Amino acid sequence: MIGAFVIAFREVIEAGLIISIVLAATRGIPGRMRWVLLGVAGGLGGAALVALFAERISDAFEGSGQDILNAAVLIVAVLLLIWHNTWMSKHGREMAGELRAAGEAVRSGQREAAALAIVVGAAILREGAELVLFLYGLVASGTSGADIQFGALAGVGTGVLLSAVSYLGLASIPARYVFSVTSVLITFLAAGLASQAAQFLANAGVIDILGHTVWNSSAIIAENSWTGRVLHALVGYTDRPTALQLAVYIATIVVMVVLMQWVAIDKRRAVRTA
Amino acid sequence: MGASVIRPLTLAALLLLSAGASARADDMPVIKVEMRDGVILPAIIEVPANTRFKLEISNTGQSPVEFESLELKREKALAAGSTSSIVFRTIEAGSYDVFDDFHPDAKAKLVAK
Repeated sequence: MIGAFVIAFREVIEAGLIISIVLAATRGIPGRMRWVLLGVAGGLGGAALVALFAERISDAFEGSGQDILNAAVLIVAVLLLIWHNTWMSKHGREMAGELRAAGEAVRSGQREAAALAIVVGAAILREGAELVLFLYGLVASGTSGADIQFGALAGVGTGVLLSAVSYLGLASIPARYVFSVTSVLITFLAAGLASQAAQFLANAGVIDILGHTVWNSSAIIAENSWTGRVLHALVGYTDRPTALQLAVYIATIVVMVVLMQWVAIDKRRAVRTA
Repeated sequence: MGASVIRPLTLAALLLLSAGASARADDMPVIKVEMRDGVILPAIIEVPANTRFKLEISNTGQSPVEFESLELKREKALAAGSTSSIVFRTIEAGSYDVFDDFHPDAKAKLVAK
């Protein structure tokens, strides 16, 4: 029972942390809950489909189908997160209520919420397929006792609860600072997802360079320890990064920071000339 | 802003296309692994080093399993009764830890020679 609890909890929290950051980052956008719920539903539906067609997906692209699908899902999420942060560096202060003319921001906020709904869907699709397999396996096999099924459900419940707590923690940050915090979190989140995508492409044989391992920190923080798993979900921690993963990680951060600075400078100039 | 979104998208599309182009005939060695409710068989999985091969994993147990290796950066979840495979492009000679992420006590070694 403990085993089932831990596994279910772990899988839920990995997607749950991403969703809590996205929720905090879209604070103040009207109707965002509808978008986020749509993202959750779409992600769960997609995860069920992936679990159902797992074998067929695996066999596509010469046995690399799963890697290519994972990479594609992650790349979409990364691009939308980059766009989100850039958009936020322009409209963040309006959203935080410091400026009055937030009308335009609210209108484009709908597009913003829709984009983040897709990120939520992608996070669940990516992490959820394993959870669906695991939970469905427990229920369908019929051999697992009620205590194991209870353990798994309790794990899901606790994972959702902890995600909610981490969202409330982020949401309690004063409005002036919350978007600065979520911008930083999202930058690292996107960099982590991008480096995972790069690894999937390397596994699929699409990228064939910089495959050597740069360091091994498994003795300090093992990737499958609790700390390692949380860090992996939040900032893409891996205990044996390849040069490719490291390069993509740094490049993503650089691109995001440059875009945010560029848009912010652009905006200051516009304000001055107005 | 628009252009900077489109460029990575084009790049992604190109990467996916090149994936299709690099597809080759199915003539690589197949190594079979069996996973059954917390047991990985064989406990020492021997594979060829520095060449393409396919690891065919069968879950013959009653519960779902997840084949995983952090060193090799691979994972695959399998429902009870299903079989699926992982294609390895090239791995260096050596011994790598593998485990079942859904049965934390199940461990094995993958040895490339």
